[in-house]
Amino acid sequence: MAIRVLQPGLLTTVQDTGRFGEYDIGMPPSGAMDVFSYQVANYLVGNEEGAAGLEITYFGPQLEFTEAAVVAVTGAEMPPKVNGESVPTWEAFRVEEGDVLSFDYLRSGARSYLAVAGGIEVPVFLHSRSTYTLIGLGGHEGRKLQQDDELRVGEAGDGSGRVGMAVAREQIPSYPAEAEIRVIIGLASYRLTEESMRTFLDTTWTVTPDADRVGYRYRGGELQFVEREQPAGAGSDQANVVDFGYPVGSIQVPGGVEPIVLMNDAVTGGGYATIGTVISVDRDKLAQTGTNHKTRFRSVDLAEALQARKERRQKMAEIRQALS
Amino acid sequence: MAEKTIKSPMPGTFYRRPDPESDTYVSEGDEVSPGDTVGLIEVMKSFHEVKAEEGGTISRILVEDEDPVGAGQDLVELE
Repeated sequence: MAIRVLQPGLLTTVQDTGRFGEYDIGMPPSGAMDVFSYQVANYLVGNEEGAAGLEITYFGPQLEFTEAAVVAVTGAEMPPKVNGESVPTWEAFRVEEGDVLSFDYLRSGARSYLAVAGGIEVPVFLHSRSTYTLIGLGGHEGRKLQQDDELRVGEAGDGSGRVGMAVAREQIPSYPAEAEIRVIIGLASYRLTEESMRTFLDTTWTVTPDADRVGYRYRGGELQFVEREQPAGAGSDQANVVDFGYPVGSIQVPGGVEPIVLMNDAVTGGGYATIGTVISVDRDKLAQTGTNHKTRFRSVDLAEALQARKERRQKMAEIRQALS
Repeated sequence: MAEKTIKSPMPGTFYRRPDPESDTYVSEGDEVSPGDTVGLIEVMKSFHEVKAEEGGTISRILVEDEDPVGAGQDLVELE
């Protein structure tokens, strides 16, 4: 059983939950940027948690199935079609041998997820099938899909009972062109002036076209750092501190302009002051914003972040329960 | 004659020329054939050529150089 890539789309990669736990060797996690959509796609087709799927960015591929399969598409609204006929999203459906799955233009969000019953079978590298394209590791040959690639699909049981299973409408997120993203202020926020911290939180930022899996860059304001004599080991730029680790979701502001939120494929450490970190739940929301979308950052405390994570886990457990 | 449009396949920034020193790919009044490049879209640090799928005469260019565009947005009108 395989999927043949007739057209690859713009940036279609094999991703799973990610390669967490390898920061000590400087390895970022990679993995699905929008964890919710990726996981729910797996639930729909009855996959084990963590089965690899495809992350489809901005412009969809054309994929031919060489055998029948049960599949589901979630995430960004990029209306899928089988042999030119519309098929539902957030719902498991069956494709037959020779069917071609394609996608209409993106309408909202940025990334769609395709799960196939059995999962995409690529070699496991460091306990993950996720693609880290920057250095060519994991996924399908360490890169985005290309025309004529063939992807193997793992063994799936009889998935016929899953066809038509759908996520309840009220559980499906919407992806407005303006997002509010919650952040916890720190680790080096003391480097920013108080006025600039207010500017950071009051500005409606615009996502720049170079936002990608490595990081999201924004424009719309200028931030000032507290002037100081730089300590030994920090660079001369006031945006620099002595090197430390960068959490996924951390926000740095090189030169005081254009904040960057580091995402799944980012460098794991360095010497830019990180002024805050996007809470894990809202990385999903951030991953569904795209070029020219608007973003506001709202400061929350750790209790609110943990509560949001707890609620998200409950919601995912409910969805999984309803689909089992 | 029926009007056709060439759409942007993806969101990003539209460029009418391959680099700042070059002429525009196309101008109003030009004839284009299927496969001709009419512009570039920049997104995620790379550039993607937008090609005509059908031939025709360009009646209007609907987007300014370096304007942001959305997926499926009309860029060029053909007649």
